[in-house]
Amino acid sequence: MAVIETRHLQRIYQDGNQTIKAVNGIDLEIEEGEFTAIVGPSGSGKTTLLNLIGGLDKPTSGEVRIAETPIHDLSDNDMINFRLQHIGFVFQAYNLIPVLTAAENVEFIMLLQKRDKAERKQRSQQLLEAVGLGDRLTKRPGELSGGQQQRVAVARALASRPSFVLADEPTANLDSQSTANLLDIMARLNKEEHMTFVFATHDQRVIDRARRVITVEDGKIKSDETRDR
Amino acid sequence: MTTLLKIAWRNIWRNQLRSLVVIFSIMLGIWAGIFINGFSYGLNRQRTKEAIQTSLSHIQVHDTAWNREPNIQNQLPQPEKLLAFLETRPEVRALSARILVNGIVATANGNGGVQISGINPENEAHLTGLDARLAQGDYLGEKKNKILIGRALGEKLKARVGSKVVITFTDKNGLIISGAFKVAGIYTASSTQAEELRVYIRKADFQQLIGHPVHEHEIALLLHKPVEVLAFRDKLQARFPYYEVQSWQQLAPELSYADEIMESILYIIIGIIMLALSFGIVNTMLMAVLERRKELGMLMAVGMSKRKVFSMILLETLILSLCGGPLGILLGFITITYTGSKGIDLSVVAGGLQSFGVGSVIYPYIDTVFYFSTGILVIVMALLSALYPAQRALKLNPVEAIRTI
Repeated sequence: MAVIETRHLQRIYQDGNQTIKAVNGIDLEIEEGEFTAIVGPSGSGKTTLLNLIGGLDKPTSGEVRIAETPIHDLSDNDMINFRLQHIGFVFQAYNLIPVLTAAENVEFIMLLQKRDKAERKQRSQQLLEAVGLGDRLTKRPGELSGGQQQRVAVARALASRPSFVLADEPTANLDSQSTANLLDIMARLNKEEHMTFVFATHDQRVIDRARRVITVEDGKIKSDETRDR
Repeated sequence: MTTLLKIAWRNIWRNQLRSLVVIFSIMLGIWAGIFINGFSYGLNRQRTKEAIQTSLSHIQVHDTAWNREPNIQNQLPQPEKLLAFLETRPEVRALSARILVNGIVATANGNGGVQISGINPENEAHLTGLDARLAQGDYLGEKKNKILIGRALGEKLKARVGSKVVITFTDKNGLIISGAFKVAGIYTASSTQAEELRVYIRKADFQQLIGHPVHEHEIALLLHKPVEVLAFRDKLQARFPYYEVQSWQQLAPELSYADEIMESILYIIIGIIMLALSFGIVNTMLMAVLERRKELGMLMAVGMSKRKVFSMILLETLILSLCGGPLGILLGFITITYTGSKGIDLSVVAGGLQSFGVGSVIYPYIDTVFYFSTGILVIVMALLSALYPAQRALKLNPVEAIRTI
């Protein structure tokens, strides 16, 4: 089943007299359990594509369906709630809440979902153990390394039990060892929990681990390569 | 809500110095507002109190023609009945029946227009504490032809204790009557004007000087409970319709208006202070929002509703204000309570204060209800100050705030 589906997706910006077609008619299907990297040079439109898939931006025309729900028509408030229930985000700069501990950061998403306290506690602990941070539950982001913070971000993204996780340049600020650890964790979650991951990245180490690589250029898909592993 | 509160609380302490500066400035602003108001209110209250204590009393009774023509013939008809009634009333704390006449007091060094009060010294002392306000000399006693003059008048006429003065006035037939008196004592009053304008002699001396019995022109009384003044005045007026019975508010409306005006001014002052503080709070919270663009964008991206983001900023502002506000109120309360009982000695500007009608020690005072209304104003100010920064937070576009997902 396609978790993400776009049809004739277009996003046009007006910059003065200039019309920029950041995404120009993309048709795309991403199935459940995929480990996909969207790659392309700067300005190619991959970030805009991710924003549209993540419901952070609205298309000029065309459709975006997430788990068969058309999200391009949702109001701002409905979209916020939809993101909360269906989409996990991992950001390049981690973007954890600095005043909360690692466990509280993970719990926070579930709190927004109004999950009960016991479930929140249990799942946050479970997820942080899964990303190798079982002994860092009470540490605040400032007390963790970059790699550890990004692993908390992954645990947070998974906390809401999303349909898929969108990760934008998740390894851009990490060293080789942290990158390898993070990718191992994501690959394991993908394999064991069948979690769908979609990356936007320049990082060859991520591209090498992806099972599908979609190359975007000038707002269009230039190539779509699936690899057997 | 608890988690939102926890996040808001911790967010405040992310920049400790900035938050402490805001809390301190709120505290200081509220304290200054309360203190200034307490001082002004205390000053005004003291002026009223001293005017009542030393000259107005709570209620005065005159002949109905007195206010139009305050002259010797407008005496109280049958004052014995009224005095007998008043002496039986439990509400009355003290009273004094006075003979009043306008005249001139002269010494070898000069003269001045005065109101001559013929009094029963014991009653007057009980009513106005005149005996306790003597700066020099003795109070009126058994000795004949003694006079009490105010300090300012003494200085003007270069009269001392023991000096001879001559008082002159006209009787109801227009005859000029003069009498020589010795200064027994020099009294002080709350205002220079009062010290210059009134002299006191014994009622018996007055009667002897004029040569025939004269009824009193004025009966002044103090009640045990100041709140009963208006009701008692009405009761008295109804019982004795042929007199003019006036409360101190009617006798000196400027004092009672000053109370009302002061109350409005107090709120205006505190309002201005709050307005100034609110600009500081708006500025601080706006900085906090703009500094956290990325974080707030992320929160909206991952699914935190706009209502919750708004509430979080609102809570942060409220907490900041509610840390500083109650501290300021508490500090204000302590300051007012302390200075209200010990007084603030302003002897250096005693002259100015005396011309305003108050002594040199000011006792700040504020109604308890003012503390509560200030507390409510702090909350209202905090909520209003939070609106703009919170609204700015809502306008953040998650995509722009975090640049990319």
